[in-house]
This record gives sequence, structure tokens and C-alpha cells, in this order.
Amino acid sequence: MKSKTTTKTTYNIPVGPIHPALKEPVFLEFEIDGERIVDVDVKLGHVHRAIEWASRKRNPIQILYLAERICGICSYCHPAAFALGIEAAADIEVPERAEYLRVIQAEIERITSHVLWAGVAAHEIGFDTVLFLTWEMREKMMDLTEFLCGNRVTKGILTIGGIRRDITKDMLPQITKSLDYFKDNFEKIRHIFLDDKTIKLRSQGVGILTKDDALKLCAVGPTTRASAIKKDVRIDTSYFAYGDLDIDYITPDILTGEVNGDVYDRIIQRLLEIKQSIDIIEQCLDKMPNGDLVSEPKIPKLLNQLKKVEGEGVGRHEAPRGEVIHYVKLTGEDAPFTWKVRAPTYNNILPWIPMLKGEQIADIPIIAASTDPCMSCTNRIGIIKDGNRYELRKEELYRLSVEKTRRLMR
Amino acid sequence: MSEKKTLEELTKYFKDEFKTKIISIDIKKRAAGSKKLETSTIWMKIDKTVFKDVIKHLIKYQYPHLAVISGNDLGKNIELIYHFTVNYGERLKEINLHISVELPKSKPEIESICDLIPGALITEREKQEFLGVKIKGIPDNRKLFLPDDWPDDVYPWRRDETGPEKYYKNLHEVNKK
Repeated sequence: MKSKTTTKTTYNIPVGPIHPALKEPVFLEFEIDGERIVDVDVKLGHVHRAIEWASRKRNPIQILYLAERICGICSYCHPAAFALGIEAAADIEVPERAEYLRVIQAEIERITSHVLWAGVAAHEIGFDTVLFLTWEMREKMMDLTEFLCGNRVTKGILTIGGIRRDITKDMLPQITKSLDYFKDNFEKIRHIFLDDKTIKLRSQGVGILTKDDALKLCAVGPTTRASAIKKDVRIDTSYFAYGDLDIDYITPDILTGEVNGDVYDRIIQRLLEIKQSIDIIEQCLDKMPNGDLVSEPKIPKLLNQLKKVEGEGVGRHEAPRGEVIHYVKLTGEDAPFTWKVRAPTYNNILPWIPMLKGEQIADIPIIAASTDPCMSCTNRIGIIKDGNRYELRKEELYRLSVEKTRRLMR
Repeated sequence: MSEKKTLEELTKYFKDEFKTKIISIDIKKRAAGSKKLETSTIWMKIDKTVFKDVIKHLIKYQYPHLAVISGNDLGKNIELIYHFTVNYGERLKEINLHISVELPKSKPEIESICDLIPGALITEREKQEFLGVKIKGIPDNRKLFLPDDWPDDVYPWRRDETGPEKYYKNLHEVNKK
């Protein structure tokens, strides 16, 4: 067999914890002075799939399933935001029970995503046992998702004007069991992440995003809340059943009394949000009224209705990573005239720059991961040293990160 | 930041300042959940000559959060919609503010707002390459999502002759000659 002798790298196919919420693996180019990062340049678009363009030949129901495939982890958020946009444009009223069921699905997704993130973050600093522990916990939530939706990843649960599956009384014990499991094991994760000396050394004072920068760079989700900006679509506005629930903003100072905006704060932020999500699901199960699941069960009739609508609508939903916003314009045709998708990572890219500046190369993985983006971003990094450019690959970067942790543990 | 304005006060705040330069203001409210609590939205169409002043006026009230800029190809004009939110940080007080501005296709130019809101950079670069608008004074003029060798006169979201139609093939027609 002839082996390839070329050392030239063109594209690296991303392998590993890939996060396709945004449409691409991101390419970061760093200017480095010794160990310190002087400047960062971000390049996007390597896997831009023209999803918005593909929608031009699809009707709104078909787009729901296209939207689901934007991201493997937020496969509920995108159809949710799209459905909210269409409902706003066509003025469709959603039955009350469906609104509660929608919240339950959204929060299960948030728990799954945040626990996944906790595992990735641990892996990036070399704690692979924690990765396995957290992902085992995540598996319980995946099982619950399968139990409620019939699917583990692409859930296919949401529809325009409601939701497709009910939660009946006989399903409640299973849900309670899964939530109890999380409550019982929460203390364990909290202890690992917040009390461990090494994790503190790696995350405290690292990758700081100031409140001012978070505001000016339009950061969203846990990234902005960990910098003390109270911004959460679930609490700021009334959509789904969130308006009925007893919820409040979460910022890291609830636990520590101060906000630093560093990686440690972003860990606290997500852990507290897992707890909040469990509470929200319990509130929903408690308060859920009886009633219909969808406003219009006959899909051809619904599509016919939508075909006559002329108008525009915006759907906003708080995805695990932050606000996702979809803009839809209907012009009385089968397909929407315009559909603009904006995933949360889109807004969390620019905040990377102030976070990364002045930090060490070995801190790149955990800082980049702390905003919970698509991890293939760190796949290849260009370094300028002594006037010569060379590229640092993800594996090398990961090795440096693990080595730093080991050094600190000594 | 001054006192939080209600929906009516906020529309008046803009109307008083810009008067006829505001083409239309459309207020929408949507109720959700059992309690039927409402979320308010303002759709505001403005003249492009006052665009930057409107943004400055908005920042004078509260530093807004810019979610994204979306756009439509309307035939003769290109419409850009800036999706802002204000009054966030307090339970159910947030107001969506969508500021729309139309640019003629013969001269699709608009000022950059990156000097006021640095976070607008990514979305401005995206609009530049996808809709073929010229953002004047943008600090970074490179392509964002499209590859570097993408032709200069093709804009994926346009619906006229500069659109992407000539670059794609329908899968079911590929083998038919």
C-alpha cells in the first residue's frame, strides 16, 4: 500500500465533540508572543450548508424537520424558534397544555446539553473520568427524551401550533425517577467542578469576559449571564408557558457573591441552570392544564391556512447556549419568502477575542469550550513565531492543555 | 440608564425625535401560557437618511442588544431589519424592537454601526456578502461564511440575476441530458 508522504494540511475533518449549532467548524488564527496570545482572528464558514436557501422550496412543516437538522444537540430549539416565528406571523394561538409540554421538552434539552458541556469541559483540561461520569448522567436524560419523544436526537416533537405527543399520567413516574436521579447526583458534580483545587486553578481568572465587553459584543445565554448581564428570553418575555412559571435570572453571584466573568463563573452558571431546569420541569408537571395538543390537527388544512398568510414574524427561544432567533416572512406562497436563522454561537464568537487575549496557548481549549461552541473550531490554529507561520493542530493543543493540568496537580 | 419606558413611551420617544422620517410603526402583542401574559414587539420602518441617528438615539435610552440583522430582496429595494431588544433584565419587561430600512438596489449602501455596537461586525459582514449591500465604514471588509474564491457579483440571498441560481443543479435533473 502506498502511504501518503505529503505533510501539507488542507482541511482537517473534525472528529470528536463536534457542535454543529452554528453552521461551521470555526477557524481561529492566533498571534502568539511566546506563550501569550496577542491577537485572535476568527474565520467561519467551512461547512455553511445554505439551510436558509434550502428552505425556499419547502413548506413550513417540511422546514420544521430541516430546522431540526441544523444542530444535533439543540434539535428542539431551532424548530421551536421557527414555529414561534410562523405562529407570530400567522397569528396562531397555541393550546395551553401544549405550551407547558413545550417548556418541559425545552428544559430536558437544556439539562442534556449542559451536562454534555460539563463533560467536554472536563475533557479539555484532562479529566476524562469526569467526562465519563457526566455523560453517564446525560444518558439518563437521553433515555427520558426517547421515552417522551420516541427519538433520542432529532426529536420530531414540535409542530406548528402545538406539540405532537402528550405526557399522560402513567408516564409521570418515569419522569420523576429521572429527575430524582439528577437531584441525587447533582451534589456529586457540583463537588467535582466547584471544590476541586485543580479545576479552580485552571478556570479561575482565566478567559475573563467583562460585563462591558459582553454587552458591547452582544453575547447571549450563559456566556453573557456569567458576566452578570441579566438576559434570558425565558424570563424577559412571555412565550410558551414561561410567563406562568416562578423563575428568576441566574447569575454566578447567587452562589459566590461576586461575578468575575471567568471560566469558573461559566461553570457555576451552567450547573445552577441545570438545577433551575429541573425545578421548571417539576413546576410544569404540577401546573399543566388539560386540553388540546395542537391548534389544527389536520396538516393539509394548516398548510392551506399558512399559504394565505402575508406577514412577518420573529421567534425567539432561550436555547441551552443562549438566545436563538428566527425571522420568517410569509408572502402567500407555499414556501416562506425569507427564513433567517441565528444560532447562539453566532453572537458568542466575538466575545472569544477579549477572553483569549493575554492567555496561554494551553488555555485555548478550555476558554473556547467555556462558551459551549462548536468544538471543531480549535481544529487548526495558525501561530506566528519568529516571523515563521506554523500550524498547531487540535491534538497538539489538547496535549498542551492536559500537560498544564498535570503540572498544576504536582 | 434612565427609567424604563413603556411601549407607548418608547414609540413616542422615537416619533418626537424623527417625526416624518419614521415611515411606519407597527405594534404587536402576543399572549402566551395560561395567564395570557403579553410580549410586545415594535416593528419600525425608517428612512435610511436617519438610520445612524436612530441607533444613536436608541443607545441614548438604553444600550440595546442586537440579535442579528436579517434581510429581504424586495425586487427594487433591499430591506435590512435590525433585531434589537431593550428593557431586558427585569421579568417580562423586555420589548422587541425591529428597525427596518430599505435601500435601493442601484445604490445599496448603509453606514456601519460597529463603532456604536462592536458586536454587529459578524452580522454586517454576513449581510455584505449574502445580500450585496455595501456597509460603509465596516472595520473588517473580508468575507465571512463564503469561501475566498466566491465570485464577487453573486449574492446567495438575492432573487434577481445576481442570485445563486446558475450555480446549482437539481439533483433529479443531473443525469438527464
